[in-house]
Amino acid sequence: MATVAPFARQLEHVGYRELKAIQVQTLQVNLGWRCNQSCKHCHLAAGPDRPEMMAPDLVEEVLLVAGRWSLPEVDLTGGAPELHPRFEYLVGRLHGLGVRILSRCNLTVLLEPGKEHLPRFFRDHGVELICSLPYFQEEMVDRVRGPGAFQKSLEALHRLNRLGYGQPGSDLKLNLMFNPAGAYFPPEQGGLQALFRRELERRHQVRFHRLYTLLNMPIGRFRHYLQQSRNYEGYMGKLAASFNPETVAGLMCRRLVSVAWDGRLYDCDFNQALGLPLKEGMPQYLQDFDLPALASRPINLGDHCYGCTAGAGSSCGGKLAAE
Amino acid sequence: MSHYYDDQDLERFPEIGKHCPELYDYFLNYYQGVMAAGALTVREKALIALAVAHAVQCPYCIDAYTRVSLEAGSNLEEMTEAVHVAVAIRGGAALIHGLQMQRAAAKISI
Repeated sequence: MATVAPFARQLEHVGYRELKAIQVQTLQVNLGWRCNQSCKHCHLAAGPDRPEMMAPDLVEEVLLVAGRWSLPEVDLTGGAPELHPRFEYLVGRLHGLGVRILSRCNLTVLLEPGKEHLPRFFRDHGVELICSLPYFQEEMVDRVRGPGAFQKSLEALHRLNRLGYGQPGSDLKLNLMFNPAGAYFPPEQGGLQALFRRELERRHQVRFHRLYTLLNMPIGRFRHYLQQSRNYEGYMGKLAASFNPETVAGLMCRRLVSVAWDGRLYDCDFNQALGLPLKEGMPQYLQDFDLPALASRPINLGDHCYGCTAGAGSSCGGKLAAE
Repeated sequence: MSHYYDDQDLERFPEIGKHCPELYDYFLNYYQGVMAAGALTVREKALIALAVAHAVQCPYCIDAYTRVSLEAGSNLEEMTEAVHVAVAIRGGAALIHGLQMQRAAAKISI
């Protein structure tokens, strides 16, 4: 990424000599890179043949850490986290601890053989769902996520809606995650949410609570696409040119710790994909998790961080600044 | 230069302001005001701009407003319909001149 000014220098220009965590509220757990889909934008290059999977003793360690440090929120991701053999065990135990559980769901996994009961399981354990749906039209969704993905996603959404997920006033939270289907930035989040709400209801009778927009990170499969299509330089240039200092206060790395399938700790899932560990001197493995040390840790930065600070910003919880 | 249009020119647009900065600033302020959300959304304005770009056959504007439309959440179905609107109006504008042709013919016909 030699075409843009180093991200750390850009931060220095706006007064951050070092970017530090503020308050760690979330443990984001990547249970493994196995997925029933192979999306073209995936920063982890997840897919059905990926062997990476969290070992049972590390699943126990997640529970110990969440309990010992009274972490208010655990965010489960992958791959498809539901494909981990101990997924339901983990969710059940976390529910018992009273932790807020977020699970990032690709929707189609809910139709996989043996997984059809999951919507009820989610409901019974108060799991908040963040479901990937890059558009309300078949062509665009299938282009990114593979043939048939859209129709399966609709079926999964209908099943969730029937259980109360996504319904107005319901506590069963069903939020959608949008990412662009190409080398361009996501739309303004509020406007797109209104458009999705109107079109998903009108075309498919689907309801949801909130829509989050996520910019495609120039890493993993998406970086490969950018390079193959000769969009890489332009995309990186636009990311850097769109740097917005107002996004820095809310960057997700400042409020979470990411743990990989092998127990290694990272500042975020993107650093995990790049193998960019926590800075030297910090606890490096789940077994060494030390909340006071991690809560004000310096963040390990790279030029991909421009992806979280461009325009209105981008995170696992959507935009970070006013649009 | 072996061609008249260069896609790099779009990024050089501000250079137009070099010899007449005041007028360029007037234009830029007006342009930004027009394209901001108002009674129409940014997405609707981008689709109008895309249609006009085709009507005036500006390759820079087509590139720019294809991207802007996608980034505003529009899809290829909507964008193609917008292009057809431009085509229909341009076609209709040509066709209505057929009446001028008929009058001109009548003037010189027995």
